[in-house]
Amino acid sequence: MSTLTIPHVIPSPQEDCEKLHTAFSGWGTNEGDIIEVVTHRTADQRNAIRWTYHDIYGEDLLKSLDKELTQDFEKAVLLWMLDPIERDVTLVNGAVKKWAPHDRVLVEIAVTRTANELLAVRKAYQEKYKKSLEEDVAAHTTGDFRKLMVPLVSSYRYEGPEVDSGLAKSEAHILRKHIKDEEYNHEEVIRILTTRSKSQLMATFNAYHEEHGNPINKDLKKDPKDDFLFALRSIIRCITCPERYLEKVIRLSMKNTGTDEDALTRVITTRAEVNLKEIKEIYYKRNTVKLEHAIKKDTKGHYEDFLLALVDSDEE
Amino acid sequence: MATDEQLALTRALSGDGGLGVEESTLVSIIGKWRKKPEHISSFRKSFNRLFSITGHIEKCEDDHMQKLVMEFSRFHQITVLWAMHPHERDARWANQVIHKNHPSSILVEIASTRSAEELLGARRAYQTLFHHSLEEDVAYQVKDSKSKLLVGLVSAYRYEGQKVDNDVAKSEVKALHNALKTAGANKIIENDEVVRILTTRSKPHLKAVFKYYKELHGKYLEEDLSGDALLQQTVLCLDSPASYFSQVINSAFKEGANHAETEGLSRVMVSRSDVDIEEIKEAYAKLYGAKLADVISKKTRGYFRDSLLSLAGESKA
Repeated sequence: MSTLTIPHVIPSPQEDCEKLHTAFSGWGTNEGDIIEVVTHRTADQRNAIRWTYHDIYGEDLLKSLDKELTQDFEKAVLLWMLDPIERDVTLVNGAVKKWAPHDRVLVEIAVTRTANELLAVRKAYQEKYKKSLEEDVAAHTTGDFRKLMVPLVSSYRYEGPEVDSGLAKSEAHILRKHIKDEEYNHEEVIRILTTRSKSQLMATFNAYHEEHGNPINKDLKKDPKDDFLFALRSIIRCITCPERYLEKVIRLSMKNTGTDEDALTRVITTRAEVNLKEIKEIYYKRNTVKLEHAIKKDTKGHYEDFLLALVDSDEE
Repeated sequence: MATDEQLALTRALSGDGGLGVEESTLVSIIGKWRKKPEHISSFRKSFNRLFSITGHIEKCEDDHMQKLVMEFSRFHQITVLWAMHPHERDARWANQVIHKNHPSSILVEIASTRSAEELLGARRAYQTLFHHSLEEDVAYQVKDSKSKLLVGLVSAYRYEGQKVDNDVAKSEVKALHNALKTAGANKIIENDEVVRILTTRSKPHLKAVFKYYKELHGKYLEEDLSGDALLQQTVLCLDSPASYFSQVINSAFKEGANHAETEGLSRVMVSRSDVDIEEIKEAYAKLYGAKLADVISKKTRGYFRDSLLSLAGESKA
């Protein structure tokens, strides 16, 4: 569920644009007002503001924001202001261009989005970059990762609830065989993980646990530093419980010293209107502190204010 | 002495030297011979391709009967196919490859000649009809060396703009040539670079690659792929679907064409009638020195022939 708070009386797009325009004018920028407007509007309302801003002032709102804001706060606001599909397209393109085996973004987006959302991302990707997503992923990845990532981003999974339990058992068996023999990159492993429907896969993972003793991810931890194994485990977690997976991404982004702002921004902006509420609940259960508290501790300034405005659904 | 009707009926039910049967002839003879069972009986005795005297009856020969059933059903089949939604058609054909052992070439045809949106539509229809994704079923059922290529082809959602990066195209010519040199003839279909390039790049990009290949190496890529029919077909489908479809049609008409080959005629005519039948007619004329309409008129019969001519945009012969 969404964590956004929307005011009871929503100003018109024109009023919002005026407030934003005023926030940009003169010396300095009124970041508080910008946060106030953008973090309390839904995706449709934000789109309306963008169009209206262009109509009134002849400039893309995102360009103005780019001029006025800086650093992590700017990155976050720009990402937030994009339409959800555009946002995923931008994130995915960024991930592909600087792809490395430890990349998490492609798996996260390819697996947590619905089949139709992923398709929409592929369409929008083509329109923006004049290439297909799978073509870019194929060109920027090599070896085992290419074998895994290309089918993963090309999948158009069946979304029905049907489960073939005989098939689940037999595919659990296949997975067990290859995992035991440490053939993690085997075609069968990749086939099963990248083509089966999510319902079928959940049944398969359950069958794996029942028949073979361990949850499948436990058996995929042979080498904790192995990026390929990490990718496989991530795929499995994103299928079985995406909210828990995303909680971990957030948690790790604020671990120890230093914060991975890109990861934190990405999860919060992409999930605020989807399932951030559930992620928060899991965060609290897992860490005994509220997510808001962790953000307050780990971030500062306008970036912190921005994140809190999205995360905190009980704001005064 | 055989009557005119007997001769006409014999010709109508021979099912030889052509596809389809003369329905209109049959209908008129049925009318003429009403209440004259002796005429039909006499016909049965004379027509021993279909009937053999066994006991006190002229029994139907199974083989010929099968053949006739097939010929009678051609018109029926083409009509049903024509009426179906194009996406459903493609999904059902794909399913026949996967579950009824129809040739993989049909899957390559569908995946490579349809536009990105049409292929997507076929994938959606497949899910609706069969409760699995197309790629899931292809990956599961095709476990041999063709698997990578086929899964890649059906999963593609190719960019359809005209923008081509010529440097990338040229470098991919190198990659293809190297792959061909190093891989054994029967391993080339599994080569990662070959599969990547053919299953992800846009069609305009691939046309540029094929063009540069010829310029650089003096031979067409298809010639160098002659060791693998499916790869050759993939390249042809991507580069020049009209030529490919002409070849399929031509195979249907040749002597000793098998069932799969004759089915190709209906499949191509129905699926391309609204798309590129004009280009196919041109390509056919270039390749075989004959007008498609003429060949259809000569080699097919009855309502089946008439429907093919209509699909080809021609009026009745």
